[in-house]
Amino acid sequence: MRSLSEIETISKRASRSKGFSWGTSEEVGKCIRLLELFSLPGVKNLSQYLKSYNQNNFKQLKLVAKNNNSDGKYHCPISSGVSFLDQIKKLEKHNTIEFSKIAYPLLFLPFASRASEILGKRIYIKIDEKEFMLNFNQSIFSNYSKNEILENANVISVAFLENTNSFSDSEWNEMTKFENQTFVDESDELKKKSAGAGLTDND
Amino acid sequence: MEVELRSPKEIMKLSRLGCFHQSRLSFLRSFLEEFKDWKYSRDLFELDKEGFGKAVYSFSKNNRTYSLVCFANELKDEERSDRVIATKWDAAFVLHDGIPLKEDIERLYENVPKQEVGRLSYKELTLSRANRSVRLFNQVVDSLSNGRQPDKKILSKVGYLYRTTAVYGSGKFGLADRFRIKNRSEIKGPFRLEMMLVYLVRQFTFDQINHIAKNKNPTKFVELDSEIAKGLGIGNSTGLGMAPFIVNHPTLLNNWVQSRESILKKIREIEIVKEGQFNIFYDCLIKSIYNVKNWNSDSEFQKSKIRDLLEDLNKTINYLNVVDKKQKYLFNTIYKWIEAKVCEECLEYLVSMFMEPFDEIVKEFIDKMSSDEDKHFTIPSQRTVIQLRNILENHYSELIKLDFNKKENNLNFWFISKNKEEPRLANRFEMNGSDLEQPLAIARDIKKLYERVIVSKNSQTIAEFLIENDDLRHVVRRAFIIEKFPYSEILDNTIGEKLMPIDMLRFKLSFFGAVKFDPRSDKWLRICMFQGAPLPNQLKNFDDKWVYDSLN
Repeated sequence: MRSLSEIETISKRASRSKGFSWGTSEEVGKCIRLLELFSLPGVKNLSQYLKSYNQNNFKQLKLVAKNNNSDGKYHCPISSGVSFLDQIKKLEKHNTIEFSKIAYPLLFLPFASRASEILGKRIYIKIDEKEFMLNFNQSIFSNYSKNEILENANVISVAFLENTNSFSDSEWNEMTKFENQTFVDESDELKKKSAGAGLTDND
Repeated sequence: MEVELRSPKEIMKLSRLGCFHQSRLSFLRSFLEEFKDWKYSRDLFELDKEGFGKAVYSFSKNNRTYSLVCFANELKDEERSDRVIATKWDAAFVLHDGIPLKEDIERLYENVPKQEVGRLSYKELTLSRANRSVRLFNQVVDSLSNGRQPDKKILSKVGYLYRTTAVYGSGKFGLADRFRIKNRSEIKGPFRLEMMLVYLVRQFTFDQINHIAKNKNPTKFVELDSEIAKGLGIGNSTGLGMAPFIVNHPTLLNNWVQSRESILKKIREIEIVKEGQFNIFYDCLIKSIYNVKNWNSDSEFQKSKIRDLLEDLNKTINYLNVVDKKQKYLFNTIYKWIEAKVCEECLEYLVSMFMEPFDEIVKEFIDKMSSDEDKHFTIPSQRTVIQLRNILENHYSELIKLDFNKKENNLNFWFISKNKEEPRLANRFEMNGSDLEQPLAIARDIKKLYERVIVSKNSQTIAEFLIENDDLRHVVRRAFIIEKFPYSEILDNTIGEKLMPIDMLRFKLSFFGAVKFDPRSDKWLRICMFQGAPLPNQLKNFDDKWVYDSLN
């Protein structure tokens, strides 16, 4: 089995071989490591993308907008990812972002995952029919778990989720009832002696 | 009284980093401290009469065991090479996480002797190989098999029976990634498991030589005297492979140097230095002179440094004999004197020596020397160009003055060799390959970044700046790291004509705790580790100043 350290190094160097800057190649190394850590096929997809890199004229997305159209060409998932990560603070105001046509879209995911950590918000991504919930760069939850190459996506939508509870107030109240069962009812004497108060409370 | 930390602009120069010495903070010394109460055992020793075969050594405590698995192989003299291009070695080693099963040992037997072309698993932690010292090994076998202890003078000149030629860890060749083990309290300090491997290899070399001598002459042989064994360490040959590490791990570099500098500051701020504390410092210094006198090298560069060191150490001892030891802030006074009067080699030697009496101060920093580089990797892209400019002007002021259009400042390039995947350095004007240059010319790229920054709009965000300047993304990242970690960067030119790559190697090795730096060229050197260290069965109770009690 290859270690994550080996995966990071080879991904960085392989990206560099295709002319990505050293700084961007470093980002790719970290991102492929992340995908593999989350059990998504990073190496497989990167390898195939780099193989097709010279034959296809991918669109380099430098400035990310609310709607990112492609003029027929597929967006490069790496430049899209790096730009998305760099510009995340400005993009947050849009609530949702849409891209049309991204090549090898799984490669875009880890950049968005890191962005989720920076924002402190979950990010929901839909790549055609596949859904991904990015949880502060701690995990990726998805209805897609195939170990395969995902070559192209036509519509990618990104939503920044507000930090809200996943439960109702009544469910929370039910929990507090359970919690209370671990507490001790304080008698007057316990109140006096166990809180560490002095002889005079209001001096 | 508050003393200022020494400036990174003074300390992070290559010539200064190349003067660093082992200290109380060194990784091999903190490793021994940590593992002194672990149970040591030799679990397997199956060597034939020539000393070839396998052995297993372990340290265990509670439910944790670390096992060194050793494979000793027959090697023809003409096959023996310390260079990284070698494909066979006298012995190969791996540190296994836990107690290896028979199947593990069989798997490791197929892979460990192959080193870089073998594959390890997440159950293995560090990997190494070593060659015998041709100068010494056979002589010692002869002496022991004839019932005599070896000549201490010869032993002292070499200092070890085996020399490792590489020690790998952290995910190389399938080894466990650091993240799998980083939360274990016993390995919080950097390179702990690499140190454990080298330490146990040392014991294997003693056991193997005794075994060979015994089989050569079962009736007459004697075992290597344990005091003599204690005076022997493990050698190491190190080339350029180590150099990029300190560029590629900026926050780790910072934490090593900042710990050292913070300790020095605290020592200088001690108002009342007890007589006993001064005496420990003074005694270690006097004892260490023997080590310096027996520091052999054929390198004119090193010989001259050693000569200056000895001369300045003697000058310092004369000063220490007369200085008023009862004065307040004694170590600050001494520091100021040495800063003005001795060479850099001696200054850094004495800074290391200052730490000897102050275990309590040093201990506080040992756990602070690791780092999680990933935490500081993402560029804060919402910051502005003016903020970046300020960082560059404050932290890299000397580097941005360099003129990289001058050939002498831009002479070399770093690259990765295709056949061994190892870093190399070459003259860009004479050799091919500079189009595949590695991003290790930090000074040059910082200068380029500065030139772009000063013509950019101050209010621009870094995200906007990077749209047109992606080629310098790697140094933008570094600039924001140095802002928080002032000792994270070598503040010198790593591609210039005057570059001595061994300064980078020596710096790292000094933190390991290596001694007797012996440059064999400007690009590789030999060193010795654990010379004078207690043997595994002496760990329960040992003098932590052992480093000054070696054979020398």
